[in-house]
Amino acid sequence: MKKILSSVPLIFVLAASAQAQTLSADQILDRIDENAVAGNRTSVVEMIIHSRRATRTLKLKSWVQGEDKAFTEFLEPARERGTKMLKLGDQLWTYSPDADRTISISGHMLRQSIMGSDLSYEDMLEDRKLRLVYEATVAGEETIIDRPCWVLELKAKAGDVAYYSRKIWVDRERFVLLREVRFAKSGRELKTLEVKSIIRAQNRWVQNDVVFKDALKAGDGTEFIIQSIEFDAAIPESLFTKASLRK
Amino acid sequence: MIKFLFKGILRDRSRSLFPFLIVTAGVFLTVALYCYIKGAEASFIQSNANLLSGHVRVMTRAYAQEVDQIPNDLALTELQSLLQDLQARFPGFIWTPRIRFGGLLDVPDENGETRSQGPAAGMAVRLLSSPTSEIERLDLKKSVVRGRLPERPKEVLISDEFARKLGLNPGERATLISSTMFGSMSLTNFIVAGTIRFGITAMDKTAMIADLGDIQEALDMEDAAGEVLGFSKDSVYRQRQVNEMAVSFNSSQSHSSADLSPVMMTLRDLPGMAYTIDRLSYVAAVIVGIFLLVMSLVLWNAGLLGSLRRYGEIGVRLAIGESKGHLYRSMIYESLLIGFLGTLAGTGLGLTLSYYLQAKGIDISSMMKNAAMMIPNVLHSQVTPFAYVIGFLPGLLATLLGTSIAGRGIYKRQTAQLFKELET
Repeated sequence: MKKILSSVPLIFVLAASAQAQTLSADQILDRIDENAVAGNRTSVVEMIIHSRRATRTLKLKSWVQGEDKAFTEFLEPARERGTKMLKLGDQLWTYSPDADRTISISGHMLRQSIMGSDLSYEDMLEDRKLRLVYEATVAGEETIIDRPCWVLELKAKAGDVAYYSRKIWVDRERFVLLREVRFAKSGRELKTLEVKSIIRAQNRWVQNDVVFKDALKAGDGTEFIIQSIEFDAAIPESLFTKASLRK
Repeated sequence: MIKFLFKGILRDRSRSLFPFLIVTAGVFLTVALYCYIKGAEASFIQSNANLLSGHVRVMTRAYAQEVDQIPNDLALTELQSLLQDLQARFPGFIWTPRIRFGGLLDVPDENGETRSQGPAAGMAVRLLSSPTSEIERLDLKKSVVRGRLPERPKEVLISDEFARKLGLNPGERATLISSTMFGSMSLTNFIVAGTIRFGITAMDKTAMIADLGDIQEALDMEDAAGEVLGFSKDSVYRQRQVNEMAVSFNSSQSHSSADLSPVMMTLRDLPGMAYTIDRLSYVAAVIVGIFLLVMSLVLWNAGLLGSLRRYGEIGVRLAIGESKGHLYRSMIYESLLIGFLGTLAGTGLGLTLSYYLQAKGIDISSMMKNAAMMIPNVLHSQVTPFAYVIGFLPGLLATLLGTSIAGRGIYKRQTAQLFKELET
């Protein structure tokens, strides 16, 4: 009897493992998108930029609606306070309170970093579902921060993406990315993402502490620490307008 | 003897006029071209020193490695302390900080929306702080086309061509979109005080000149600057002196291998500068060499023609007992005399033209439309002491060589046949 009881958890694990093994690469991407993309989301994030010269900490609040609408306001430090960004589809604007100007970010400016971080404006726009943009293949399995992961190789379906290919490490149970490397078409490594911790928030797994690194830039990357996050929060539609940038 | 030859040259112009004109023309061209190349070289050095690099330039090692990209995130910090140190160690130089920056200049319409936009290549210099020699060094007063020089903070100058392209007039507002020293986007409003024309194509397309303090504030560069430029107080660039300074300064920094420690570089260390300076000197030498060669050939030919024309005279002189050696030497002296007179005339004409071009210059802007180098659109000649004597080398040597070669025919004349030849 004791032997049977002791084998119950093992049976569940094996069953779960068998289910996991049967998932295709596309199904894994679907599960990632399902976990990551929410209807509405608000969050307060601390951004710690470890540049070649110094370490700076910025604080920002963002409101996100689906994949197409996002509004971000910088809260700290004083020099950046009141700087706002608005994303509507593939368009992006930034507002500077000092100059009282709203500027459209386009063309080569999209490649520039946001506030000196390792994140570019282009990265900010790149928020589409992975399944829609990439074709995936399962390349293997590895363990990252004590979590078993699938290793997936992604290749762009079309040319309108910032990164031609990606390699991602996906938590097999939580379907959240724990590591990512983004490549140019030439195969050159461009960006890396390392997750340091994950939290559970409103039935979703959220990357709580992430280091995003521009491989072409000196420094130790930019750390994003989520201070608070709320899914399906009520966000007034008027927030996602250019007029709200100057308020 | 000289008096005799001189009288001969004056009275029988058929033997001297053509060589004299050749020497005059050759020396004239040599002197004029030498002065023009010297002027171009000096203009090139001075333009680059004033606008780009000073006679020496101090920046961080990391900045120096990527200087073309203007990496202000690698700028010099603790600027005041560095300036005091440089002033104390090298008092014969004027030290001035500058920030070069890139960005977009955005012109708003009445609703604050972008009306026009273009990439700006900016330079922040001490415009408003007193005392400043930057206004004179950059010749800003003379460069103003419309408006005036900045008198208050947040006033800038932009190139007239750039302003017209953006539809921007003096007194109007424009926003500089750039990156701070820490990489954040920076949006700063400026008032265009005036528009300028440097007369240097590379600068006149997209130049923006702002006060150092304004740009330090805009780019979050408090007590920092991209570069500190050093100019000798008499404005003369001396390679040996600046080399010694750079070695002395850099050796004092050798204890620090950090990327962000300061390093001093000379004007010659600018990318392509050493090559260009060397090439200009080389071209000057080649020009003198070519004229020497061409004039020698022409004068040799003239000598041969002269010998033919003076066939009878040479025959009579040999017949009455003048030795071949004496005759040959007298022709050499004669040619040197012609060379000397031609050189004097050519040098006089060359210097006259050079002094004129030193004042007026030659406009080469049509050739510099797409130039990326700091070359002025108007190049002036420069008359140096050496210009007074440079013509003597080709002037005398060419006539000497030409006559020496042509005169060898004297030794081929047979005394026994002289009277027979003279009868025909």
